[in-house]
Amino acid sequence: MELAKPWRRLIVIGIIAVGIVFLLAACNGDSSVSDSSGDTGLVGTIEIDGSSTVAPISEAVAEEFLAEYPDVRVNVGVSGTGGGFKRFTVGETEISDASRPIKDSEAEIAAENGIEYLELTVALDGLAVMVNTANDFVDCLTIAELNEIWKPNSTVDSWDDVRAGFPSDDLNLYGPDTESGTFDYFTDVVNGDEGVSRSDYVASSDDNVLVRGISGDRNSLGYFGYAYYTENASQLKLVEIDGGNGCIAPSDATVADGSYAPLARPIFIYVDVAKLRAREELKAFVDFYLDNSPTLVPEVGYTALSSYAEEKNRVEDAYTGT
Amino acid sequence: MEPTTSDDVRSVSAEQFHSSLRGRRLIGNAAVVLFFLSTLVGLATLAALIIDILIDGLPWIDWDFLSTYPSRRPADAGLRSALFGTLWVGGLTALFTFPIGTATAIYLEEYAPRNKLTQLIEVNISNLAGVPSIVYGLLGLAVFVFLLGMGRVIIAGALTLTLLVLPLLIVAGREAIRAVPDSYRQGSLALGATRWQTVRHVILPSALPGILTGTILAMSRAIGEAAPLLAISGLVFVTFTPGHPFERFTVLPIQIFNWVSRPQLDWQHVTAAAIIILLLVLLSMNSIAILLRDRFQRRSEE
Repeated sequence: MELAKPWRRLIVIGIIAVGIVFLLAACNGDSSVSDSSGDTGLVGTIEIDGSSTVAPISEAVAEEFLAEYPDVRVNVGVSGTGGGFKRFTVGETEISDASRPIKDSEAEIAAENGIEYLELTVALDGLAVMVNTANDFVDCLTIAELNEIWKPNSTVDSWDDVRAGFPSDDLNLYGPDTESGTFDYFTDVVNGDEGVSRSDYVASSDDNVLVRGISGDRNSLGYFGYAYYTENASQLKLVEIDGGNGCIAPSDATVADGSYAPLARPIFIYVDVAKLRAREELKAFVDFYLDNSPTLVPEVGYTALSSYAEEKNRVEDAYTGT
Repeated sequence: MEPTTSDDVRSVSAEQFHSSLRGRRLIGNAAVVLFFLSTLVGLATLAALIIDILIDGLPWIDWDFLSTYPSRRPADAGLRSALFGTLWVGGLTALFTFPIGTATAIYLEEYAPRNKLTQLIEVNISNLAGVPSIVYGLLGLAVFVFLLGMGRVIIAGALTLTLLVLPLLIVAGREAIRAVPDSYRQGSLALGATRWQTVRHVILPSALPGILTGTILAMSRAIGEAAPLLAISGLVFVTFTPGHPFERFTVLPIQIFNWVSRPQLDWQHVTAAAIIILLLVLLSMNSIAILLRDRFQRRSEE
């Protein structure tokens, strides 16, 4: 019987612990209800998933939205553009963040499940091509030269293979991994086919790894989102891109007016139209999204559209069913 | 062998003894140095990591950091939702893992017949301990989230982590039960106790400290896992505190994973601060188990 005592005590401790957890939880549930003023009347849960490129915008919008509509829950995930569409096309999410337009195969699944969607452009994102700051011979590259470097089975492995007159130093490549929407976009534009690329380069989904790689290797060349470049501009040397109309460096201005072609792209959110019509809080959120993008998009490092009027009109059209 | 005089033997062996003693001492000392250096490799790395994290993160930790929700501005970002998510998932995982793992260990050690089936189960459990955690995440996604229709909620995450850490606890629990001297069992049975009474009053009390150590290891693993829960939940921006096990959630490792990939320098500090909080949660959960273990250790020695 002596030995049974600790057991009884353990069980009691366990029950108390569980009780405390549930009590805490209950308190929290209560407080979250009483916290909210609730004067807006809108309630509901909006689930957003998709591209990690777009997520910072959606998060910023959600944060501001929740300050005004405290009874609405907005959850943001980062499953990647493809992963987000997988959930969106079966009706699991209300909004899908996408750094590329929906693919035919994904649109087919949406049609099979009766999901009607609205594509809204929310920002512009430029791709930056960069070399080490010690590199004094590369100022501008053409898309054809980038293609020679990055095409599958490319034999370019030193700088003089890129252009006659460059030194014969090794060329070391850095870029996003295959899960990234940035990789899809770059390969589509530069190699002519999405997802097609040489594979013998340092690939990472973490742009900080790429920044460190390029800034620490004097023979480096790499690419990733322009927003990430601006955060680390002092450690990297930006390369101008000649897309057929002369050398142009990416900047907020050249990305916005389209002159930094072809390495600037629009990024999107996809909205479930049936839910948009049926749920007031979702309509309020999408309106809020477009109304606040001009200030929030630059704040998280992207280029805002010059006008969101057209996107707003399309939301109204979809909402009223015209 | 040539016969030798006793004098020769003495002189030769004394000389050999002398020189080999020096050599042996040298080897012995070298081994100590080697072992100490080996210990240092782990300790120094750990110390460097922790010091680096503390320098980066400590200034960012305040009450607001714990009590506010994530934000796009590093200065306003908090991990309330992730912290509560981790407490929920960790607590439920412990609640599921401890009884199931202990029961399995008892069955395998005390009741299971020694046959091919038992062997198969044992080999499988050992192998399961080495399966990559993302595989459990996908299994949980298929079974709990979709097949059982739970949705991407806390309880699905906790059950997935339970599957992940069960093998660890079972292996540790079996070791602990095996370490109970056989004389205890025989003594108890000889006094007329049934098998269940023997397990309940003799085996378990002496094995409990070892089982709790296994629980510590298992829970440390569960609390630090990001990959399987990323498959289950995938959320990085949650602005409510989960109130029951059927709510959406995020956890500290996912929040850290999200913050560390951001380019702005300040996010690195926020990440470091979140890692410190994760370490604190781990330490406090473990210290509860260690307190319990010490209690039972004293009792079973009395």
